[in-house]
Amino acid sequence: MIVFEKPKALTDVPLHYCPGCTHGIIHRLVAQAIDNLGIEGRTIGIAPVGCAVMAYDYFACDMIEAAHGRAPAVATGVKRAMPESIVFSYQGDGDLASIGLCETVSTAARGENITVIFVNNAIYGMTGGQMAPTSLPGQVTQTSPYGRDVATQGYPIKICELLATLEAPAYLERVAVNNVKNVNRAKKAIEKAFRNQVEGKGFSLVEVVSACPTNWGMEPQQALDWVQDKMIPYYPLGVYRDKEV
Amino acid sequence: MSEKVLMKGNEAMAEAAIRCGCRHYFGYPITPQTEVAAYMAKRMPKIGGVFLQAESEIAAINMVYGVASTGKSAMTSSSSPGIALKCEGISYLAGADLPAVIVNVPRGGPGLGGIQPSQSDYFLATRGPGHGDFHVVVLSPASVQEMADLTVKAFELAHRYRMPAMILADGTMGQMMEPVVLPEGKPIEVDASDWAAVGTEGKRKHHVISSLYLQPEVLEKYNFERYERYEKVKENETAWEEYQMEDAEICVVAHGITARIARNAIVMARAEGIKVGMIRPITLWPFPEKALAAAADKVNSFVCVEMNMGQMKEDVELAIRCRKPVSLCRRVGGMIPTSEEVLEQLRAAAKGGEQK
Amino acid sequence: MAKLTFQEEECKGCGLCVHACPKGLLSLSVQRLNKKGHTPVELTKPEDCTGCASCATMCPDCVITVEK
Repeated sequence: MIVFEKPKALTDVPLHYCPGCTHGIIHRLVAQAIDNLGIEGRTIGIAPVGCAVMAYDYFACDMIEAAHGRAPAVATGVKRAMPESIVFSYQGDGDLASIGLCETVSTAARGENITVIFVNNAIYGMTGGQMAPTSLPGQVTQTSPYGRDVATQGYPIKICELLATLEAPAYLERVAVNNVKNVNRAKKAIEKAFRNQVEGKGFSLVEVVSACPTNWGMEPQQALDWVQDKMIPYYPLGVYRDKEV
Repeated sequence: MSEKVLMKGNEAMAEAAIRCGCRHYFGYPITPQTEVAAYMAKRMPKIGGVFLQAESEIAAINMVYGVASTGKSAMTSSSSPGIALKCEGISYLAGADLPAVIVNVPRGGPGLGGIQPSQSDYFLATRGPGHGDFHVVVLSPASVQEMADLTVKAFELAHRYRMPAMILADGTMGQMMEPVVLPEGKPIEVDASDWAAVGTEGKRKHHVISSLYLQPEVLEKYNFERYERYEKVKENETAWEEYQMEDAEICVVAHGITARIARNAIVMARAEGIKVGMIRPITLWPFPEKALAAAADKVNSFVCVEMNMGQMKEDVELAIRCRKPVSLCRRVGGMIPTSEEVLEQLRAAAKGGEQK
Repeated sequence: MAKLTFQEEECKGCGLCVHACPKGLLSLSVQRLNKKGHTPVELTKPEDCTGCASCATMCPDCVITVEK
């Protein structure tokens, strides 16, 4: 009996991500949620600008490629046009927490009944490793070569905490994909974020603390350790909003 | 259905959009087009449609992009500074070959400019409002009736050619009240089943709406194909109106409100024995190049009347290949030329005078 | 007995599965390269595998199918 295989909601196109990039794990978790809920035929995904820009090649459901940061607005349009469809956006930290922050906050504030998967790896991957809104204090990147100086470059944005100040969101959780236990928790959270939409509960966002070995300049496993040692202490995992509870 | 009602241009436009099947409107308040949003806010909830006040013009155009991706009619409206913000989204709509209607009720600029009427977004609209090689259909109404009729036309063309269409009105057209016969309530039928992102229902390979093509030869191919489509738009959809051109020695070129003012001036000029006619472009893109080129064979000179520094004049000169002199009567910053000012220019043109 | 199947050509040799295996049964090949030029993962002692799927859970490229 097969106990683990590639989910149906992923296409056969090989992922272009770097070795050890956790986007692949998160793609799989999204696809598993879609499979488990049996919603592939009515799901429409919105791809971001960033490393996951070509997510539209990987998910087997209908896909729309949005402009940088605008995925929540595009998702809003799709959901309003087709309320019975299941709409998710898949966005990185530059996309969701910097250029698209206005769309993120406003869509959450409206309680739009969509699912947002937010991949926080504290760096701009696609453009080659520049400082992200979520880069840690002191983190060395191409555009913070002496380390992120909070005096001039400010502090990271904590999206779950920020959105938890709003009335409307139904579900906000921060998870990580740095070890088996955390991946399994992330899987449950992502599936819940989709199930909420199926049940009409409203805006659900899962922030996934993840790794970028290439641009962090680390071996893949070393990057996962860095998630554990540096990222998670700054971005505490847990549920920030759950209207069910 | 031929009953005339008295309506503001902005409201006639909104009602016409609803009557031809638009059920999704996304906007952000900005003078002088806010009536469109207010009208949609009142009407849409009553007819099962969607009105959403977006957080910004950028969000509004991207919501339009989302609806357009499902093959349905969507509309947004704004004025110059807001349209500048929408340009990113318009480029993506064009790049993904999506239909959408964008209303621009321009105001004087640049920058925050003013809130009085202007035609200073002519370049912005006709050169492809955004980055990259593309065009949008640009329609210029000169009456409240045309505000309604050209709105329907905009949706038709957007769907037929899978491209964005822009209604370039101006503050006077938007605010003016005139009797109008509203179009019949006949939704535009479109079959988008071979491309729209509406869910696979497990029956087909996924549809992807995107403007990203990383292989240069593929991107080039799509650009070429798009421009072949544009040639068809030029061939089939170029629209203009001629007024007293039969014996004209001077040809006025004006669109929108300035065409109405010019019309008065032409009557006055003819009373003085100056033979003036007018070509009024209704589509600014595609521009009525052939009509102007034909006119250049007959008239002695052209006079453009514009509420900008002479943006359309360049298109006139291009269309006639500079074979005849083109002079300009212009007011900017929200100022509207008077019939007398236009008449002055016509007199000067009749004497072979230069641009003032 | 559990059975692991590897889509070897999709493997990027990142080694996350190697670290994830609670029994230390996986290693990256030292002899072979796949078509992409990566050193693909190999199961050293198939008879000891319990099919816990920890390796597949951490694999970013869905290379591993687990049967029990």
